[in-house]
Amino acid sequence: MSAPSTGGASRDGYGSALLKLASDPRVVVLEADLGKSTKSCLFRAEHPERTVSMGIAEQNMMLVSAGMASSGKIPFASTFAIFTERAFEQVRNGIARPGLVVHICGSHGGIHTGTDGSSAQSIEDLGIYRTIPNMTVLHPCDDLSAEELTIQLLNHDNPSYTRTARNKVPRVYTEDNVSEIKIGKGNVIKEGNDVAIIACGVMVNEAKIAAQKLSEEGINACIVDMHTIKPLDGDLIQELARQCGCIVTVEDHSVIGGLGGGVAEYLSRNIPTPLEMVGVNDRFGESGDTSDLMSHLNIDYNAIVSASHAAIKRK
Amino acid sequence: MLVKYQPMYWTIGVIALQTINSQFQRQVFKWGAIISLSEGQLMEIARKCRIDIVEMVHKAGAGHPGGSLSAIDFIVGLYGTEFRFDAKNPNWEDRDRFIMSKGHASPAVYSMLHQLDIITKSDIDSFRTLGSTCQGHVDMKWTEGVDFSAGSLGMGLSFGLGCAIAARMDSSERNIWVMIGDGETQEGQIWEAAMATDFHKIGNLNVVIDRNRIQNDDFMDVQMEIGDIGAKFQSFGWKVIEIDGHNMQEITNAIGEASSDQTEPYAIVAHTIKGKGVSFMENNPSFHGKAPSDEELVIALEELS
Repeated sequence: MSAPSTGGASRDGYGSALLKLASDPRVVVLEADLGKSTKSCLFRAEHPERTVSMGIAEQNMMLVSAGMASSGKIPFASTFAIFTERAFEQVRNGIARPGLVVHICGSHGGIHTGTDGSSAQSIEDLGIYRTIPNMTVLHPCDDLSAEELTIQLLNHDNPSYTRTARNKVPRVYTEDNVSEIKIGKGNVIKEGNDVAIIACGVMVNEAKIAAQKLSEEGINACIVDMHTIKPLDGDLIQELARQCGCIVTVEDHSVIGGLGGGVAEYLSRNIPTPLEMVGVNDRFGESGDTSDLMSHLNIDYNAIVSASHAAIKRK
Repeated sequence: MLVKYQPMYWTIGVIALQTINSQFQRQVFKWGAIISLSEGQLMEIARKCRIDIVEMVHKAGAGHPGGSLSAIDFIVGLYGTEFRFDAKNPNWEDRDRFIMSKGHASPAVYSMLHQLDIITKSDIDSFRTLGSTCQGHVDMKWTEGVDFSAGSLGMGLSFGLGCAIAARMDSSERNIWVMIGDGETQEGQIWEAAMATDFHKIGNLNVVIDRNRIQNDDFMDVQMEIGDIGAKFQSFGWKVIEIDGHNMQEITNAIGEASSDQTEPYAIVAHTIKGKGVSFMENNPSFHGKAPSDEELVIALEELS
């Protein structure tokens, strides 16, 4: 996918949000030698006295963050999504279990990243963090929403994990309407009655392209930006199920355990509804150009169109 | 119960001292400095704690007596001298912190908090039961006076480092104390924290290593002996003091030195005996995580009386 001329990657929104949060003296930033990538470097440049370099030591970073949170600070700790997973147990036992409010940001999540290959492609982060009690899990779709959601974390009572993406995508939001989004509430960005496409992250943009293709066939798809994976907006899912009668979930993540898994759990327990999932189908990624990979792994807009057809047929 | 020694001006001090210089404030909040506990008195407190430890583990039918008995003398020495806290207000924000990283030795912490009247006898009697204040491993969510949720080894030193960095950012002189086990040093994260402490020039963080040479399955010699722990911490930039972890004079001297020097982090290697004070538990790997039987409890209490 070629980079758009305007807009930014969600990681840019995280970085600009940290700068806006700096007026609160409780805010501190921790890095694990990837500040230039996660964009915490923006905060470091302005506030080095409140930026803590932890070196390439993610486990230590998580518990140092926890200790700082227990001492009145509001830590924002970032590294690549995949390397937060190295410290999963530290997040589970050291942060979430005692309910210490640490905000973790995993950038470069999913396969929509560079060409480093499967070792750098986190396709399970949303799933594993979703299983931890007390954790809020976010995955914004563009730079503006990433900034807005990160700023909202300042007054959030739970620890959180936010996945951001490396690559620029066209903006879904504008500076005028982005403040309407709220943690915990999915956002309908296009109304429709034939199929509800619930997407997160960079796939929201892909869903918009798919909806355009579907409309050319006379299919009116509803599109939702489900930026909050946990707590999942069950009320909205229920409404969509009633309104459209079938649902397609779309994520740059394994089909196991993430957005699709969460929606499936909710539907099967509350309002059984035909569901198709677009996501990485229980396999690892590989090196490659992003658009080639999305096509190869069957998670591009063509896959969303096909899944929508399948879902509608099952109504 | 030690609470009777607490002077009435303790609580008054919390209010009054906000206007007095911080040096004096440190003195007043030091429990031991106020009541001037002698080594003999501290050992007597430790003896009472040992009784609590074996009784609560026996009653629960589970727990970790060995590492609690090896650790308790140091804990009493710390709370009884330099540790700056307020028993009437355990959540006082500017208190020193005690991070019990070897969280399975929770009975040692609970016995100390009981002696300070921060938790009650019924709390420790409910150890490990549903809804108890005294969870199996120390947990800051459940127990007043506990500064860390432990249970997974290797994490406490990093947590303490975070507390120490925050204290420095706040220009506070609070000291952060972390206790780890010697087996716990097998966790790589300990050395991540040791390295970061030196790099960030943190001087208000001290670690005590309970060097009892036994871990869960067996002696460290069999499982994974680390060798000269002091030399290793020294090579990471820490100042090292080696002590007999059951000699109260050596304990309080080391605590005094480390507390008064906030220019360097101290690693105190406390050479201890696992199960110290109960003959059949001493240096016995099987009492790492096993409760005494009814008969064994009787013997243990006789030896501790």
